[in-house]
Amino acid sequence: MSGRKIWAAHLALLAVLFALQYILPPYHATNLARVMVLALFATGYNLAFGYTGLLSLGHALFFAAGMFAAALPAWHYGLGAGPALLLAVLGGAGMALVTGLLALRTAGVSFMIVTLMFAKAFHLILIYFNQWTGGDQGFALPAASRELAGQALSQDGPRFLVAWTLFSVGLLVCLALVRSRFGRVMVAMRENEDRSRLLGYNPYRVKLLVLVISGAYAGLAGGAWAILFGYAGAGFAEIQYSILPMLYVLLGGAGVVAGPILGAAAMFWLVELAAELTSAWLFLVGAALVVLVLFAPKGVLGWVRARFWRDLP
Amino acid sequence: MSLLQARGLVRHFGGLRAVDGVDFDLAPGEVHGLIGPNGAGKTTFVSLLSGRIPVQSGQIFLQGAEITRQSAQARVRQGLAYTFQITSIFPGLSVFDNVALAVQGGRDTVGALRGDKAALARAVAAALDKVGLGGHGGQMAGELSYGHQRLLEVAMGLALKPRVLILDEPTQGLAAGEIAGFMALVRGLVPEVAVLMIEHNMEVVMGVADRITVLNFGRVLARGTPAEVRADPAVQEAYLGA
Repeated sequence: MSGRKIWAAHLALLAVLFALQYILPPYHATNLARVMVLALFATGYNLAFGYTGLLSLGHALFFAAGMFAAALPAWHYGLGAGPALLLAVLGGAGMALVTGLLALRTAGVSFMIVTLMFAKAFHLILIYFNQWTGGDQGFALPAASRELAGQALSQDGPRFLVAWTLFSVGLLVCLALVRSRFGRVMVAMRENEDRSRLLGYNPYRVKLLVLVISGAYAGLAGGAWAILFGYAGAGFAEIQYSILPMLYVLLGGAGVVAGPILGAAAMFWLVELAAELTSAWLFLVGAALVVLVLFAPKGVLGWVRARFWRDLP
Repeated sequence: MSLLQARGLVRHFGGLRAVDGVDFDLAPGEVHGLIGPNGAGKTTFVSLLSGRIPVQSGQIFLQGAEITRQSAQARVRQGLAYTFQITSIFPGLSVFDNVALAVQGGRDTVGALRGDKAALARAVAAALDKVGLGGHGGQMAGELSYGHQRLLEVAMGLALKPRVLILDEPTQGLAAGEIAGFMALVRGLVPEVAVLMIEHNMEVVMGVADRITVLNFGRVLARGTPAEVRADPAVQEAYLGA
């Protein structure tokens, strides 16, 4: 499979997503905007977990750090959407840098626990300083901070466009990254870290860099969520927002560029559908995950890659 | 001047004196065999040289510069390569990617994270051709036969463009026919690369080594040409218990 075909396939995916806003009813088009922001988050998670083998249970930390880096200045000082999104990237990346410097001294289960604890600590800090952060209740963002280039992001059209643009950039950067020489080194960390050392690599540095990139993705997604949907709250730093990107990645295919969007979409509408059918919708979601683990442990696109499309990056 | 130099290397594990005051010199362009009974400290000794295990005392020099406290990856970047005794490739990656990782991580400038794509491909092809794996680049490394995986391991060592290549039991598990080819391969590496190889197969060591060091109980028992070592009564006693 040539590089050109791979790029074409991913651009086609983005074109389909763009077209869906005209095809889907407005309610589901807005849901797709949500899914794309969550998929942006999961794409960053995929870089850390799917490609580099960093199983973090604390990505809610980076998501919330980006969210509050964008939302707090917007709330308190009326900062505009553009600069707020920039701050979101810096917030997520900065938080990942600080966390990584400490947490990456551990590996495996210890790394999972340390990242989980960092995220929990941040959640408690957000609640403790509720005077500034809104705490549990959270806060709504002022309308003035939800405008970009004169367009109100509370409206469906501009909101979809921004979500799609951010996801597209995230997807294409991810694709370029995993196809680069650095992408090869990332996978080497996942496959055999000890061997990579004897090939001249410093695993700590490589993993730290990947975690910072992953944190930047999560932060941007968190900031975009606040600005596009108008609300920020400490609840986004809770464990479930660390688990969600992992589920999306596992469902769609870990270590596949298009895995997160597929996983996020499938999970989102599975929950929608299940909630319509029964109040025990979590049971249906659980059953779906069990089926997945039993029959396609590498996720949907992981299965596609193993069976039909070996070069799928 | 010796290329790689060790002075008074010590590494004890509890009461076990795995390496107990070893001096060692590797001359440029030589193939040096390292032999000794099981548990003599051979693998521990080369692990100290490569930096996989920290030394407790003693010093290591590469081209006259001290590297005793440097990380394994820093030593690799300066031209000290190590291939594993137990095959340690990346089974889930293609053969090409395995070697490309070595090219990128090694001493040459092709190793940069950016740069000439064609040069990278050429360097990979050159390393694969040298061990006779040309044409296997697209295969998954885990799908290669055991013998070919051993050769891939050596190709990765070569792709690092080392000054010193340490081979830990490279012929273990190879078929008889493959061994002859392997001996020719090692002789073909010098004088550009100096080779230090741990080897149990006496025929191979005696055939390719210029000099041999014999370790026993973590100490140097004998050192010399293959003929000298073979004639050494202390070596015969250690090996045969006579």
